[in-house]
Amino acid sequence: MTATATSSPAAEASAPTQLTMAGALNAALRDAMAADDRVIVYGEDVGPLGGVFRVTDGLQAEFGDHRIWDSPLAESGIIGTAVGMAMYGMRPVVEMQFDAFSYPAFEQMVSHVAKMRNRTKGRVTLPMVVRIPCAGAIGGVEHHSDSSESYWASTPGLTVVMPSNPADAYSMLREAIESDDPVVFMEPKSRYWSKAPLALPVTTAPMDRAEVVREGTDVTLIGYGPTVRTALEAADAAAAEGLSIEVVDLRSLSPFDDATVSASVRKTSRAAVIHEAAQFGGYGAEVAARVTERNFHHLAAPVLRIAGFDIPFPSPKLEEYHLPTADRVLAALDTWEWDA
Amino acid sequence: MSLNVEHASVRTLPSEKPLRLLDNAGHAVTGAATGGFGLPNTETLLELYRKMVVARRFDVQVTALTKQGRLATYPSAYGQEACEIGATAALTAQDWLFPTYRDSIALLTRGIEPADILQSFRGDWHNGYDQNAHRTAAQATPLATQALHAVGLSHAARLRHDSIVALTFLGDGATSEGDAHEAFNFAAVWQTPTVFVVQNNQFAISVPLERQTRAATLADKAVGYGMPGYHVDGNDIAAMYAVTSAAVERARSGGGPTLIEGVTYRIEAHTNSDDPTRYRAARDVEHWKRRDPIERLEKFLVSEGALTEAMRTEITDAAEALAARTRDVMTTEAELDPLELFDHVYGRERAALVEQRAALEAEIAAGAFASHEGAAR
Repeated sequence: MTATATSSPAAEASAPTQLTMAGALNAALRDAMAADDRVIVYGEDVGPLGGVFRVTDGLQAEFGDHRIWDSPLAESGIIGTAVGMAMYGMRPVVEMQFDAFSYPAFEQMVSHVAKMRNRTKGRVTLPMVVRIPCAGAIGGVEHHSDSSESYWASTPGLTVVMPSNPADAYSMLREAIESDDPVVFMEPKSRYWSKAPLALPVTTAPMDRAEVVREGTDVTLIGYGPTVRTALEAADAAAAEGLSIEVVDLRSLSPFDDATVSASVRKTSRAAVIHEAAQFGGYGAEVAARVTERNFHHLAAPVLRIAGFDIPFPSPKLEEYHLPTADRVLAALDTWEWDA
Repeated sequence: MSLNVEHASVRTLPSEKPLRLLDNAGHAVTGAATGGFGLPNTETLLELYRKMVVARRFDVQVTALTKQGRLATYPSAYGQEACEIGATAALTAQDWLFPTYRDSIALLTRGIEPADILQSFRGDWHNGYDQNAHRTAAQATPLATQALHAVGLSHAARLRHDSIVALTFLGDGATSEGDAHEAFNFAAVWQTPTVFVVQNNQFAISVPLERQTRAATLADKAVGYGMPGYHVDGNDIAAMYAVTSAAVERARSGGGPTLIEGVTYRIEAHTNSDDPTRYRAARDVEHWKRRDPIERLEKFLVSEGALTEAMRTEITDAAEALAARTRDVMTTEAELDPLELFDHVYGRERAALVEQRAALEAEIAAGAFASHEGAAR
């Protein structure tokens, strides 16, 4: 739960209960569907099964198969039909099941979802949300652990967000569904079962803001989704050695919250970014470049990237060697000259 | 409304010979060749004739303007007027059309102004008309992608209990795309009020139909999806209008989607940058010119005494007036604002775009594009 998480004063909040991220997302969908009958949900296995991660559990029984239903198994079809539904004023929330299974929809995403508003000078908006369970560390076989965020984040016209905790998952999904711009909503699979005490409905910071989730003075660790926990673990371990690490949870990958990140880096003068995706051409390259361009004279050391290797995502028994760990983060920080 | 649909799928193949209501000599066809469809009434046929003549004149004018360098490109629909207009005229103003880049004359039939249609081909902006006002989506360039939009929109209308049909055009080449398959399948499974009109103009740029499919007809594909398919003479506007009208009405009354193949021919090059002499024989083009859709209907209407010389003159004058208007707007440079590049990407303001917009504004103010004055701005 993030530092600024607060219960919405307007809505009647329930008593805090332990909720997983999957449960928080489920609640967000339920509340959004109850609040607005234009919100419809479809995708593969989202109906009676409740989704392979149970994010849509119980929703079809509650709202009926005209509000949430199983589509044919075709990702381009799911995104392409959602474009048409959004053109007609619906607010489709569609699921891609796994990162790597979103690739058949790439053309619809980059050629239409991203460009429709600009092409039509704002006459046609696409208020749709594409939910993509993402990243690894769940022991998934090939094609079940990809990190596709930089494909989407480098596409003008898309808004790309990734919550790291249950409170943000609820609040950011509600905000994404209410957004008139299309949102790629990435859900870190390894965090689906992470729990936090939540009183719903909860409203956290706006989804386009990064947040300082742990204050520190010596280093800024920048993470998003699954690597926020990695950064917090590294910060805990470093504190024992007298190193004060500040952790920034980006939350939004597009747009990028330069103000929050730069303010932190100017305070600590050192920054490193952590992600699971391969390093080369990965999202960390953009973070490092922006941080350096804007804060070069405040930096005591080069901005580091602690990322996945430049290899296809490994098989389940080898993924632990690939994924960034707190130890690997701390080892990377040790490569800096600390006397300067 | 439940989305559970009856599982009554279609198992009858379309006719192997394209169904037609008027033969190439302009005689009304009778018997099995009509597929049981009746000839539209004379008033309707006269209106279709007028629309085709006006559209042909527009198309010829725009091709000429493109050769003069007034447009960046223009994909002509010369020879395909029966498909373009016969199908489009079957829609009401409340229905939606999802056109491709080749379907500019269909937009004209929807009442969209030439200046607005041609904004994109002139290079001013990617799209220039009001989609919602005309219930016509932006012309799609990526093949078959718009077919899924048509399925989604018409399904949304059905969920809302609105009596709206979406019609989308595809080319023969586009039927090879995955999105065509997904659109046909989603439409059939969901029983959406969608009409797919495949204009089989024989070539995908240079690649002939036999390199796209082993199916006897493109309409045959409908059977595999469990929807009705019609194989139609795409140069017979009476048939295209009658078959499409029936499909639109079936869709509107909850009967689900239809796939219509209109067999026609692209008389012009793919675009002005294409050289069709490299892939097709002049005699083939001549063969199809003798099967002209406008002449066919004209012969029929004249033989029926429905089309008088005075009417012909009036229609020709209207076509010429539109051509003149098209020339006028296309020979006047539009005022473009480069700063507008940043204004429509997102609804929510982005700091990065605000910064980049200011940077471009400063560059322009400093005279970086002074030599472009008049061309842009």
